Amino acid sequence: MTTKKKGGAPASNKAVDALYAIAEEIYEELDGGQIPKMKIPLRTKANIRFDSKHAVWKYGNLMGVRSAKKLKGALMLLRTMYVLEFIRDMIRDSKSSTLREMYYISEGWDIAKFHAQEESNLLAEDLEVITQLLREDFKLRPEESGASVIGNLTLEEVTRGGDRKRINCRDDVGDAGYTIPYNVENEKVKLIEADAKFILAIETGGMFDRLVENGFDDEAKCILVHLKGQPSRSTRRLLKRLNEELELNVCTFTDGDPWSFRIHASVAYGAIKTAHISEYLATPTAEFVGITASDILNYELPTDALTPRDVGALNAEMSDPRFNDEFWRNEIQTMLQMNKKAEQQALAKYGLDYVTDTYLPEKLGPLGLM
Amino acid sequence: MPSISIAEELAKKQREISISEFFERNKQILGYDSATKALLTAVKEGVDNSLDAGADADILPDILVEVKKIDKDEFVVVVEDNGPGIVKKEVANVFGRLLYGSRFFSRAQRRGQQGLGISGAVMYGQITTGKPTKIRSKVAEQDVAYEIELILDTKKNRPNVVEEDFVVWERAHGTRVEIPLKGRYNTGKQSVPEYLKATAIVNPHARITYRPPEGEEIVFERATEDLPPKTKEIPPHPHGIELGTLMAMMKETKSYKLAAFLEEEFVRVSSRVAKEICDAAGLDPDMKPKSLVLEQAKALHDAMQSAKLMSPPTDCLSPIGERLIKRGLKNVLGNLRPEFYAPPLTRDPAVYSGNPFQVEVGIVYGGDLPPDQPIEVLRFANRVPLLYQAGGCALTQAVANVDWRRYGLEQRGGQGLPFGPAIVLVHLCSTKVPYTSESKEAVATADEIMTELDLALKEAGRRLKTHLTKKAHRAKTKEKFEIVQLILPRIADKSAKIVNKKVPVLDATITKIMGVVWVDEDIAYDKKAKRHTVTLNVHNFTDAGKKLNLHLLLPRGIEPKSIEPKPAEVRDDGKITWELKRIDSVAKASISFALEGLDEAEYDESDVYVSGINPGLVIGAEPLPGDWELNYAEFEEEEAPAAEAAEETEIDYDETEEALDDD
Repeated sequence: MTTKKKGGAPASNKAVDALYAIAEEIYEELDGGQIPKMKIPLRTKANIRFDSKHAVWKYGNLMGVRSAKKLKGALMLLRTMYVLEFIRDMIRDSKSSTLREMYYISEGWDIAKFHAQEESNLLAEDLEVITQLLREDFKLRPEESGASVIGNLTLEEVTRGGDRKRINCRDDVGDAGYTIPYNVENEKVKLIEADAKFILAIETGGMFDRLVENGFDDEAKCILVHLKGQPSRSTRRLLKRLNEELELNVCTFTDGDPWSFRIHASVAYGAIKTAHISEYLATPTAEFVGITASDILNYELPTDALTPRDVGALNAEMSDPRFNDEFWRNEIQTMLQMNKKAEQQALAKYGLDYVTDTYLPEKLGPLGLM
Repeated sequence: MPSISIAEELAKKQREISISEFFERNKQILGYDSATKALLTAVKEGVDNSLDAGADADILPDILVEVKKIDKDEFVVVVEDNGPGIVKKEVANVFGRLLYGSRFFSRAQRRGQQGLGISGAVMYGQITTGKPTKIRSKVAEQDVAYEIELILDTKKNRPNVVEEDFVVWERAHGTRVEIPLKGRYNTGKQSVPEYLKATAIVNPHARITYRPPEGEEIVFERATEDLPPKTKEIPPHPHGIELGTLMAMMKETKSYKLAAFLEEEFVRVSSRVAKEICDAAGLDPDMKPKSLVLEQAKALHDAMQSAKLMSPPTDCLSPIGERLIKRGLKNVLGNLRPEFYAPPLTRDPAVYSGNPFQVEVGIVYGGDLPPDQPIEVLRFANRVPLLYQAGGCALTQAVANVDWRRYGLEQRGGQGLPFGPAIVLVHLCSTKVPYTSESKEAVATADEIMTELDLALKEAGRRLKTHLTKKAHRAKTKEKFEIVQLILPRIADKSAKIVNKKVPVLDATITKIMGVVWVDEDIAYDKKAKRHTVTLNVHNFTDAGKKLNLHLLLPRGIEPKSIEPKPAEVRDDGKITWELKRIDSVAKASISFALEGLDEAEYDESDVYVSGINPGLVIGAEPLPGDWELNYAEFEEEEAPAAEAAEETEIDYDETEEALDDD
């Protein structure tokens, strides 16, 4: 994922050094009779700042403290020690593991074991944030379910056997499309060429299938990418590379609810959780063509009432700096006022072809993409 | 006085209308106004009779209640006891004559103050089913039981014996009644099982077995072998007696002189007090009581109200007592595994309208009790559970008037029934409970009673609050304990291993995290020997050596054995003091002793106090109260409890997680 990825050894040494430094600091604090603690940039919406160089949102200067004074902090510090030892041993033995495997391995860590995989994932990210390395450097990889791509895109992927295999994402794949692997860096996936004007990144499988069946990739000369809800790092990274290297515009096509707004934010502005690597993952020029609050009114779409959770999410977005512009403020407020949300598949109200014949052309036209 | 008026009415009307007609008209007063209530009332009358029979004969009651379903809406209520039994010639009268052996004028505390008693249940059964009631009774002197089926002759208020016989019965003595009746069976808040459960709580000396129409038999075991003390009848107390009653008493009295009348017919009136009352009323102590005119009676009445008098004697009351309330609650509610039984509280007797009364309060908290519901209020009057009209009852109102937010329960606006995992038991006992109506389902408000209830509830609330505060402190400290004893050593081991250095000494870090002296205790119980072995550990988790004194309050009259180390002082009233040697930083001191002869549940937490140290540094013990009259010098002003370091302004990284899931 990073440019420093030329052969494992240098990065791994760097990783070992960084991990050693963390352990050493804890050790020194204990030895000096202090309460051990770690300072970590706060991974909250209150601590993301716009990075004008990359046009994405990154962590600011607010620091949080993980201290052994509190039970939770103490447990996380202990887990950190176990994780450090585990990673160090993997690097020594030239092994790697998935995040899920690490979660299961923690079963043997007694009181330090993780109670949910979310806990171990967060800790892996904490280490990334502290060391400014990537989890790949720690020999940890996600088992993210690969999202799919369909369209006239040609790429070369290194197979398990080490050969380079050329794949066209329209002609060489079935209806499910090309599956995005967890590593989409150049050494693994080389982007060759695309005969397309833009990329349409779709939230739901149902809508992805609809567009495939309707042949929208051919009709509109675009590449369809199924995001599978909140997209994984590798999906966002691939979108970013397609945007930068093949100069394809990216449009996100989502449901009309607060969670879909966040999907677009993580594609276009950078996710809060991974703001330390936003410049690798976010595509600042991505456009939103998903269902808006105004669409719900204009297209008279079938709706559901907002749940209390939805309302909470919308209110949280009101104070999220990434949504602090006129467009999003209007959309969020309108949605709160009408207290309704709609799925992208609600467009089927007007027939199966309505989305491809009417809705998307109306949305993409003004962007000059259709 | 409601009961008297109903009796008078009944006596008068008896000649004019048939009793069944009267019954029909007054169903509501008598507790038979709905099918559900009728069934419950019949059970209640039977159980009340059985409990009173046991009390009269000094027998620990063993009561069987069975509700058999005959038809859709027809049941047979069976109540069987091990009481003394009823002699043959009285059986038909007791069950077949209304108001037979009435207790209406009694001034002792009794259960059976209800309208018509067991014969009312018999009559209800007869009216609704047309069937006779079957009674079997055996007295100890007889070899066989007398069994009878009877019908009430409602015109003459006489029992009609349908059948009678002598039968063999394995019981040595006892009575069994089977009443057929129309009714409806339910299992909610106002049901037979709830009534029996509540009855079992306040009658821990009784063993109650219940066989419902469907499902498993339930047994409420006896929780004590001690019978409640006997109650005595007493004359009225001058405070608050009604003018009408006073005048009636003066007409009836055999005394010739007013002073003598006061002295003889009232309790707590000495000849000196009688004269004072007469003087205050401007009346001649030697005048004839019968000769007082209304004005004079009023003056006398006023003088009686303002006379300074001792409270009426209390042996006419039968409070359950603090010890037995706790036992009863534990016995019946134990399956809910409550975390705390607030030490129950029996107030000293007080007086309203010349009637002595006493209130008792107990609180049960936590365990499996629902945390998000209004608390349950168990109301009792003279040991009888009150199941209906909770809203209009003074006992409920008293609970709702307390601001429970102060005592750790949720309550909107500081009034109304609070929410939380708690049950509050309120018991009012009196020679005359002021019911709101003849149906005796709710207690009326009387200023004196409300005041006593309020004081009792607030004191019980404070006891709950003390427990909750202690629990919160302990939880916080326990967390720190886990950190320093389990987690920190592991962090030290791991980090030392990774950096390949020797494991660091943690004492300084530990004292920084804890910064307290922690007192915990361990109580072991030997059932066979009836012996509690209590061990108290004092851990010094501060960064300097500490010297302190430990004080314990033990149950009165029990001499602690095998005390280790030797205490500085042991007093007769259960107060023990240890002057502990200096405890080094990160070291601990222990004391232990044994208590013999108590039941396990009677000692489950020590009252521990400390002196000679800043009490703010100590978790698990309270500062020594001033009323111990111990001359332990105030602690030297040492460092204040390690003021949570300035770092406290730091943002706790692990408390900000919720924002992470925003994406």
